[in-house]
Amino acid sequence: MSVDRRKFLKFAGLAALGAAAKPLAVVAQEAEQVVDSSLPQENPLTAKRWAMVIDMQKCLDHENVKDCAQACHEAHNVPDFGNPKEEIKWIWMEDFHKAFHEQNHEYIDEKLHHAKFPVLCNHCDNPPCVKVCPTQATWKREQDGIVMMDWHRCIGCRYCIVGCPYGSRSFNWRDPRPHIKKINNEFPTRSRGVVEKCTFCEERLSQGKIPACVEAAKDDAIVFGDLEDPESKVRELLRSRFSIRRKPQLGTQPEVYYLV
Amino acid sequence: MYDSGKVIIGLVIFLILITFPMWYNVATGEAENVPELEKPVKGDACVADTEYMRSFHMDVLNQWRDAVVRDGQRIYTAPDGRKFNMSLTHTCLDCHASRKNFCEKCHTYLKVTPYCWDCHTVPEEVAE
Ligand code: SF4
Ligand code: SF4
Repeated sequence: MSVDRRKFLKFAGLAALGAAAKPLAVVAQEAEQVVDSSLPQENPLTAKRWAMVIDMQKCLDHENVKDCAQACHEAHNVPDFGNPKEEIKWIWMEDFHKAFHEQNHEYIDEKLHHAKFPVLCNHCDNPPCVKVCPTQATWKREQDGIVMMDWHRCIGCRYCIVGCPYGSRSFNWRDPRPHIKKINNEFPTRSRGVVEKCTFCEERLSQGKIPACVEAAKDDAIVFGDLEDPESKVRELLRSRFSIRRKPQLGTQPEVYYLV
Repeated sequence: MYDSGKVIIGLVIFLILITFPMWYNVATGEAENVPELEKPVKGDACVADTEYMRSFHMDVLNQWRDAVVRDGQRIYTAPDGRKFNMSLTHTCLDCHASRKNFCEKCHTYLKVTPYCWDCHTVPEEVAE
């Protein structure tokens, strides 16, 4: 090794100083103008509790939401193995009778029975997937409630797939990269043996952008916002309209709401 | 000690065998083929000086990984005040564009196979 002791200690010292000064650096960062255009935006979208509100009425017109899944899957390098058994999905369209099983009954309008609504990870406030993960590869972010995934840490035990009552998680049985139609450099791919799911577009929020599916949805069919902010659009919608959630009786506290 | 002759011969053979890869590399001149790395295609200075990066780039990358994924902290401030986006694909590979002529040169020489590339893309290769 060509780093001599002195150099090493110098760097170790600097690194330690750097670590100690980190909170300071964060404060300074907000005030200072950043010159390099390749840096992530200085004004990320932040919230105390991100949530999503999906207008079922607007979804009945399939046109409004038909591009959501594709936009998401293209943005996140989600592979298509061309085989339902190996399917990887972050957001997808589900029949009413499957997505809202307990709301279904035999006299329901046939049209509604088979109407399709977008479903995705609910970023539950009390997420069972997080409790079962042995490596903390999945965890709930303190700052905004997003149920995150760290693909570096996932060991592929799939406990979380069993733990999630919504089928929001998929497993890569094979190397996904050859099965991605067009690779997007803005986002990593995954490797074999790793679980993946929606992350509420955490990487886009950090650049000041709304989630890809929300952007792709027309006519405000999907609205994204801060539940803790009483003035936010999501709170206004939840006040003014009646909403349901998927399997609320399980106590997972899903944070994706469906306006009836 | 009984059979010391045999034991010592055994030990010598063992030592020769276990150090064989070293002798072999010295004898064939393999060890002399220190890899030549491609110069960065742009940028004036790396996030830290060359010697430090040569030895500790993997630690830097691990720290960046944890900062971005676990703490949602994406901007790195170097000791001299310069700011960088903590991204392998967008910052490191922006200057060291070729994985083959930069990263892989040393990794092959040292026979290490990091799994960064299983997930992180190389813009140059994706474009091909
Ligand atoms: S929907 Fe499933 S994967 Fe998402 S937070 Fe809830 S339990 Fe976890
Ligand atoms: S498969 Fe990965 S994310 Fe899921 S529980 Fe196991 S380690 Fe955690």
